Amino acid sequence: MISYQIKENPEVYDAVVVGSGAGGGMAGYVLANAGLKVLMLEAGPFFDPAKDTLQLRWPWESPRRGASTVRPFGDFDAAYGGWELDGEPYTRAAGTEFEWFRARMLGGRTNHWGRISLRMGPDDFKPTDGITDSWPIMYDEVKPYYDRVDRMIGIYGTVEGIHNEPDGIFLKPPKPRLNELYIRRGAQKAGVPVIAGRGSVLTEALPGVEGRGTCFYCGQCGRACRVYGDFSSSSCLVIPAMKTGNLTVIDNAMVREVLTNDEGLATGVSYVSTTDLQEHTVRGKLVILGASACESARLLLNSRSAAHPGGLGNSSGLVGRYLHDSTGASAGGFLPQLLDRKRYNEDGVGSVHIYSPWWGDNSKLNFPRGYHIEYGGGMHMPSYGFMDWVPHVNHLVPTKDGAQREQGGYGVSLKEDYRRFYGASVGMAGRGTALARYDNYCEIDPSRVDKYGIPVLRFHYKWADEEVEQARHMQETFREILHEMGAVVASSMPGPETKYGLEAPGKIIHEGGTTRMGDDPKKSVLNKWSQAHDCRNLFVVDAGPFVQQGDKNLTWTILALSMRTAEYILEQRNKLNI
Amino acid sequence: MNRRDSLKALGLAAAGGALLLDGCGPQTKAGKETAKLADKLPGVQDWEHARNGKLAGEKFFTDHELTAIGVLADIIIPADGVSGSATDAGVPAFIEFMVKDIPAYQTPMRGGLKWLDVQCQRRYGKAFADCGESQQLELVNEIAYPAKAKPEMGQGVAFFNLMRNLTASGFFTSEMGVKDIGYVGNRPGVWDGVPQDVLEAHGFKDAWG
Repeated sequence: MISYQIKENPEVYDAVVVGSGAGGGMAGYVLANAGLKVLMLEAGPFFDPAKDTLQLRWPWESPRRGASTVRPFGDFDAAYGGWELDGEPYTRAAGTEFEWFRARMLGGRTNHWGRISLRMGPDDFKPTDGITDSWPIMYDEVKPYYDRVDRMIGIYGTVEGIHNEPDGIFLKPPKPRLNELYIRRGAQKAGVPVIAGRGSVLTEALPGVEGRGTCFYCGQCGRACRVYGDFSSSSCLVIPAMKTGNLTVIDNAMVREVLTNDEGLATGVSYVSTTDLQEHTVRGKLVILGASACESARLLLNSRSAAHPGGLGNSSGLVGRYLHDSTGASAGGFLPQLLDRKRYNEDGVGSVHIYSPWWGDNSKLNFPRGYHIEYGGGMHMPSYGFMDWVPHVNHLVPTKDGAQREQGGYGVSLKEDYRRFYGASVGMAGRGTALARYDNYCEIDPSRVDKYGIPVLRFHYKWADEEVEQARHMQETFREILHEMGAVVASSMPGPETKYGLEAPGKIIHEGGTTRMGDDPKKSVLNKWSQAHDCRNLFVVDAGPFVQQGDKNLTWTILALSMRTAEYILEQRNKLNI
Repeated sequence: MNRRDSLKALGLAAAGGALLLDGCGPQTKAGKETAKLADKLPGVQDWEHARNGKLAGEKFFTDHELTAIGVLADIIIPADGVSGSATDAGVPAFIEFMVKDIPAYQTPMRGGLKWLDVQCQRRYGKAFADCGESQQLELVNEIAYPAKAKPEMGQGVAFFNLMRNLTASGFFTSEMGVKDIGYVGNRPGVWDGVPQDVLEAHGFKDAWG
């Protein structure tokens, strides 16, 4: 029977961290290693890649052969969660769209992410376009933390000296696959640079780091790595922090609100246990939110009190505002040069082997900022639906014996076509800067709650010309690259009726900006240390503090900023300021 | 940890390199094509496992329908000199699972099979599965080539597209199919770029192109 009495934990922790992803994990790691007693709350179950990964499983070990019916990226993907969670709805204002991905598990979305680890550059922190907003910090202030994240967690790449694509401290990069050599050649002809990928995978042993294996090239980082050969918050931060004896994790704990006292300072949090619905409170001298940009905003807005009538930390009214994802669009085709190709293992690493950093000259373009391009294709492990494209294109190129196929077909000739086309596909996807706008936001839906009785988010998000024009530029570029490498493209280019194939906001899972940092408490939620202007013992360490993300995937910046915030916390504690 | 230690952590270090690769390859053994649903793999959540078990316990297609699915699957992917047929690889059971997993397939599959039977009944006075091979192929020829199919066969074309995709998915994700397509990864190894002979055959001067 459920007790309706709230269980109060008598211990007062030095810090309560909400969320165990990149931001929460790093904050917990730094503070626990400094000797603080830290409690970490995670809404999902405990997850250890060493035991819980589906790495090296075969497609027939899934009854749906890896189809995405249950998990959005297929049965073998590591994410427990998705854009829709049973009993945890969200709503959208009429005429707007947003897709909200949540991973409910230790390590959050870092268990299944693409491990693409790009630094934001000087022009991302201090934009020169006259349109997008500046951060209160410069690249040079963040650089030392990026460097330390590189050394602590590991990243491969090549030193290139590109102004707004800062180099890191790199391990050796994986060499390109055959399709990627063709891509590189085609892109160069199209005037698009292609350089070695940058991913957080240990392609060689990381000096000074114990307990992690090096990559054995199965290409399955997205399933989570049994030997901790890539970055997951679970394997690299939370589990090691637990070994200090200073970090306690409570899993299946869905935080309801941040508790505050009469002075408006945070005193702890209340949560509901998702397994038995028991209500709990825990106390902490500090509260650090790393629940994800939108979940942290939701928590703040749901934490109303006399001292914080509009929600905790929301005297500016900006919690939830400036929500922005990355833009995303993609294209693909196949390479006739790769038909009937020789078979060998080209699994490689599970992050990108190559990519194109933004190269454009914005003075000649009708949108600000830019995008990078990620590439795919090759001889992948078979999975549900992976050959569906072959009967659509098998008539486009004669067989090596000169036979002309009819589109579609069946029988021995079709079976040969599947073999003929296997591994010949190429794909590319742009990931670009979407503008952080006041009018794109999330707020508390006035009439809906989730299954725990927690008021849910309502999203307001619309793409504007800047994003649509960027998507058009992506599609035109993709066509040029595909053409220059000699690829056959069977589908026509998406047009304005689909915003040039621009994905709905939220689909790229790079959302941030909902608790932006700044120097002016009227124009920002947090100061430049990610400390709430309104509440000095409250911090946010996910992508909420991002003023404006670049086209660079968020994770490396979340890690660097969370490390920076955690060290600021230690310093402020020593000065007795918090 | 170095790579050797990674392999140790995987429980594979006792074997030498070559042995290691063999030891991790697909084991071709009859009857292993369908995952044993009773075994919950580590990392699969309880509710996911329960859902799989529930779906596996339900029956959607009739025996008559499953027979027709088997005939069609083997027309789409017959045995040849390289590998067995779709039914050898357990494709009908896979399709039975998939229509329960993705209920949106149920009506197109059931209705498509019925459409096929009605066509055969009119032409040959028999259900599709009971027709002779030449009759079956005569009809399949009218729905297997989208670009040249007659407009009145549109529903049949749509059904055959779905059936073909499900068959290819089921076949090439089976142990037999993975071997057939020549996928040789999913095992610990070292990636050192495109093999030299392949680089040369494609006119690239070195591993970076």
